[in-house]
Parts: sequence; structure tokens; C-alpha cells
Amino acid sequence: MVDKNQLRIATRNTGFIDPESVESYIAVGGYQALGKCLAEMKPADVIDLMKNSGLRGRGGAGFPTGVKWGFAAKYASDTKYVVCNADEGDPGAFMDRAVLEGDPHNVLEAMAIGGYAIGGNKGTIYIRAEYPLAIARLKLAIQQAKDMGLLGDNIMGTDFSFDIELKYGAGAFVCGEETALIASMEGNRGEPYTKPPFPAEAGYWDKPTIVNNVETLANIPAIIMKGADWFSGIGTETSKGTKVFCICGKINNVGLIEVPMGTSLKTVIYDVGGGIPDGKEFKAVQTGGPSGGALTYKDLDAPIDYENLVARQSMMGSGGMIVMDEDDCMVAVAKFFLDFTMDETCGKCTPCRIGSKRIYEILDKITIGQGTEADLEKLRSLSHNIKDTALCGLGQTMPNPVLSTMRVFEDEYRAHVIDKKCPAGVCADLLEFTVVEEKCVGCTLCARVCPVNCISGKPKEVHVIDQAACIKCGACLDKCKFDAIIKQ
Amino acid sequence: MSNCQEKQKCESQQGFPETLFRELDAFIETLPTKEGHLITVLHKAQSLFGYLPEEIQQYVADALNLPVVQVYGVISFYTFFTQIPKGKNPIAVCMGTACFVKGANKVVDALKQQLQVEIGEVTPDGVFSIDCLRCVGACALAPVVMVGEKVYANVTADQVKDIIADFS
Repeated sequence: MVDKNQLRIATRNTGFIDPESVESYIAVGGYQALGKCLAEMKPADVIDLMKNSGLRGRGGAGFPTGVKWGFAAKYASDTKYVVCNADEGDPGAFMDRAVLEGDPHNVLEAMAIGGYAIGGNKGTIYIRAEYPLAIARLKLAIQQAKDMGLLGDNIMGTDFSFDIELKYGAGAFVCGEETALIASMEGNRGEPYTKPPFPAEAGYWDKPTIVNNVETLANIPAIIMKGADWFSGIGTETSKGTKVFCICGKINNVGLIEVPMGTSLKTVIYDVGGGIPDGKEFKAVQTGGPSGGALTYKDLDAPIDYENLVARQSMMGSGGMIVMDEDDCMVAVAKFFLDFTMDETCGKCTPCRIGSKRIYEILDKITIGQGTEADLEKLRSLSHNIKDTALCGLGQTMPNPVLSTMRVFEDEYRAHVIDKKCPAGVCADLLEFTVVEEKCVGCTLCARVCPVNCISGKPKEVHVIDQAACIKCGACLDKCKFDAIIKQ
Repeated sequence: MSNCQEKQKCESQQGFPETLFRELDAFIETLPTKEGHLITVLHKAQSLFGYLPEEIQQYVADALNLPVVQVYGVISFYTFFTQIPKGKNPIAVCMGTACFVKGANKVVDALKQQLQVEIGEVTPDGVFSIDCLRCVGACALAPVVMVGEKVYANVTADQVKDIIADFS
């Protein structure tokens, strides 16, 4: 169901057509955009149209798609590649999977249009091996399109030929970075290399290559058919069109949404998302995944676009939105993201390889109650150093979760290092479970559920928790029917 | 490609059936080029053999005319490839952000306690292994646990016993 706040362009067909039937896609106007390009437009016209539409890369960085295509078109080469980046590694985002599983022909058509525009005839979809259904549907779609002459040699009877193959990722977040992705497509470790030369000049097998994200591509056939003015009429001054977000975490309506750029966070969370479950209070929303930052109640009225998010120390990213409520500890969340990047750093450059480890260690110290005020300063300066010196986008944005949570939730960090308390009640080492004497009726339930038998007391008498033996698992708190156990 | 000596070594070490090697050879034959298809071949090899121990790495290296160090470098880089066998029912807990904020770490703790193994290990009887995944893209169902191909949604620590019982 689509509500009035949503506008579906990239996901226009997802859920409405049969993804395993090319006829179903053609029935809603599929492959007309490719036909229009081949019959009525010169490659340069297509690129101009893309430039005028204002479409920017939906993978995260927001580079204008038309400009990227223009670069690749400029370089003469016998072979040029169109690569679809479907290595959706951002934990908590699945918009690419939804498009690939629900509307695979849309992506194939857009890739062929890209190939026509830059003068290339080879396409490759780099997709995560973790998405078996998407892979199966893409394979089927490619075969169907070939059988109908919509891919392959002499498409629609013209002299334009375009072929698409699949390459599988193998579980490396850094491969979402375009140079790392190209290294991985060539069968190597997915390590990024320094730009320039940009892939548009020398990419896959050193040939001019454009790398576009699934969602970016999914917009393209609609733009070709409806025109640049239509698309650029949607959104804000700098960010045109719509954006697909995946809202999940502590929110009532979990799932994919597509809203015009410039929609406020409040609309997304309360109107579309239906607010926070169980009457809890909204605390923060993480956008941009491990490279992004936390937005808070202060940012609720801000219109969402590329620039506004960056100004708030976050970023658009691929569109994951993880909503957190009062029960989430921001230090633990920052630690979670650093654990992720520490694991996913490719190890090529020192700031990222060692820096992520050091930041993680400091955060870990803080969450187990051994942090000091000096650690906060060290965190800040280390983060800025890494931002300035890391090789690729992964390293440069890796400290963002730390910096943005420190900016907004400095109180929470200070509570951990000075008072040795976790205000959200998450960091186990800083918690204390105690029995409220007035409320305890002596039902013995807590004593029975305690895995380390550290709760003592006779039936019908007040029970006591032995703090030295307590492992802070919280089982007693969950079991108590009288609210007689509190954690603080 | 393969030579007799190599095959004998394989068979004597791990006893992988000869047919699997032939199947891998046939797959490599279908590739348009050998260049740039190391990851493709490793995917196939892992699906055939279940994991990629040293002798498989050597076999792939020979088949693609690559130094084995490059094969090892790629395998150790990507989390999808494993050098140790998984359990008969590999348990994978999604540790994406959505699952994390919904308490996936408690599910992992419950699994570890129940099976008495650590993450990345296999139970002594070889029936279960536990792994953490980055994100399976099913964030609306968080926290998600997969056992083989079967997906369990909205899992709580209490349900862990029942999930394991389904496969025992």
C-alpha cells in the first residue's frame, strides 16, 4: 500500500508485476525507454538528458550520473563496461535486493541504455552471493531478454549490441567501493586503489567503466520516458527525484519506502513509519549505515537530501535507516559499527587497518567502565586523523558513527567514563540489578531462573542479589511479575 | 590442468570423491576465460566440496595457472569462503544493524550456551556450527537466524532451544 507521502519511481513496478515474466514488464511500458533511445536519440542526447534530470548516484556518494556517463563516453576504446553495483553490504538495507527480485528487467534495460550512451557493449552485474533469489531472477531475466532480442546482438534490429553477465561477490563490505569492486570482479582481493585514474577512464580490465548502483539504474527508464523536467521537478534544489529508504529497528512499520527528496525525517518516522513501538521515546536514527551518523530529535524537521545529511555529520548512504529508542546505548551502537568496520577493513592502508582497531578498543574500554575523560579526547582526534588520511571512502567515513554520536550524545559518553553508568541500561558491566524491598513478595521466581544461582531468599521473604556473583544477564528482570527488580 | 600425482595426493589426504574434481574441471572448461574468474571458480569449488582446505586451494591454483598464495589471499579476504568444514546444519545469525538493535547478540549468546561452541566453531558431533552474518537483507524480520536454508524470523533467546530441537 502506498500512502500519500510516498512516491515510487525506482520501485514503481516492485510488487506490482510478475518479476519472472518479461511480458509482465513490457505490459507496464518496459523496454520502451531503450527503444526510444535507440530509435530517437543519439548517445550524446541520452547523456544530456541524464545530466539535466539531476539524477545522482544512489549508492551513497551522490555523484551526478549523467556526468559520470559523460566522462566514460569521452574516452575512446574498443570495449567499455557498464557495471551494476549490487553488492549491497550496508547492514540494515535491502532496497537493491527488493528491486532485483521484484523488477529485474528494469535494471537490465537501464544498463543497456547506459551502454548505448557511453558506447559500450558489455555489462556486468556484481551481486552478493547472499542473495540467491535475486541471482536466479536476474539469470532468468537475462535469458528472456536475449530470447526476445532485447539484449545480445543487434538489439531491436539496430546495430547496437549489449550483453550482460553476472559476477558474484563473496562477502566483503569494501567491495561496494567502486575501485575495490572492480578488483573483486577481476577475481582479486577487493582492495581499493587510488583515483585518478577514475574507472570512467580506466576501470574493469583497464577499460572505461561506469559503475552504477541498482537504485540509480532503476530510475533511468522512467526518466527517459517522462523526461528530465519531470524528474528534476521532484525533490530539492540539489537532490532530485526520490530516495528509497529501508526503515527498520525500533519502528512500527518496518520496510522499504520511497519518498521524494526533501521529505522531513519526522514524516518518514511518524507518518510513514508509524512511530516508535510500545510507547517508547524516539532517540536517534542512523542513516548511511556504518559510514553514516546518528540523527536525533533536533534533526526531525530537516528535509532529507544529500547536503542536509552531510551538514549533520551523517550521509545519505544507500538508504538504511535504523531507528533507535530510549533503550539503545549510543556508545554501544558506535562500538557495534566500529566492530563492523574493523572486521571489514581491507587492510591496505594503515589509518583504516590500525585506526579502526584502536577506536574499537577505546570504545570497548568505555563500555566496560574503564574509560577516562582523556579517552574521549583521544577518540575525537584519532577520528579526525583517520578521516583525513584513509585511502578510500570506507576508511574516510569509518569514524562517522563515533563523531556523530559524540556530538549529540556527549552526555552519554561522559556518564560512561565519569559516573561509570550506562543511562540506557545496555552496557552490562556498568549495570547493577537490585531487588526493591517494598515490591518483592518472595515468589522465588527470580532465584529459580538465575543461571548462576546468585539470588537468595526464603519463599514469601524479600530476595537479595549477590552483586559479586551476578553476571548481569537480566533473566530475573524479565521474569519478575511485580516489577521488583530494577537495573540501573 | 590436473595431473595424476596431484589427484592421488587429494584422495589420500581428505578422500574427496574423484567425481567432484571432474565436475570442477568441467565447470572451469565452460568459462570463457580463465583470467579473472578465480572467485567464480572458488564459489563452485565451495559448493562442491563444502569448504576450501589447502589441497583444494592448490588444485584451483594449478587449474587456473595462478600461484597458490593468490588463491589463499582471496579465500582469506572474503568471509563467504571457509577453510574449515561447517556443521551439517550451519546456523547463521544475522548481525546487521537492524538485528543488532533488536537483540541479535542475546540470541548468539543463547546459541553458544546451548551448543557449547564459539562462533565459527562446529559441535563435536558435526551437527551444528555457528556463524554471524553481516546482513541477509531481511531487516523487517529482525532478528533473523538461518539454519541451512531455513529462515527463522523475530527470534528471541527463548526460542533457541526449539530451533535446535527442529534439527536434532
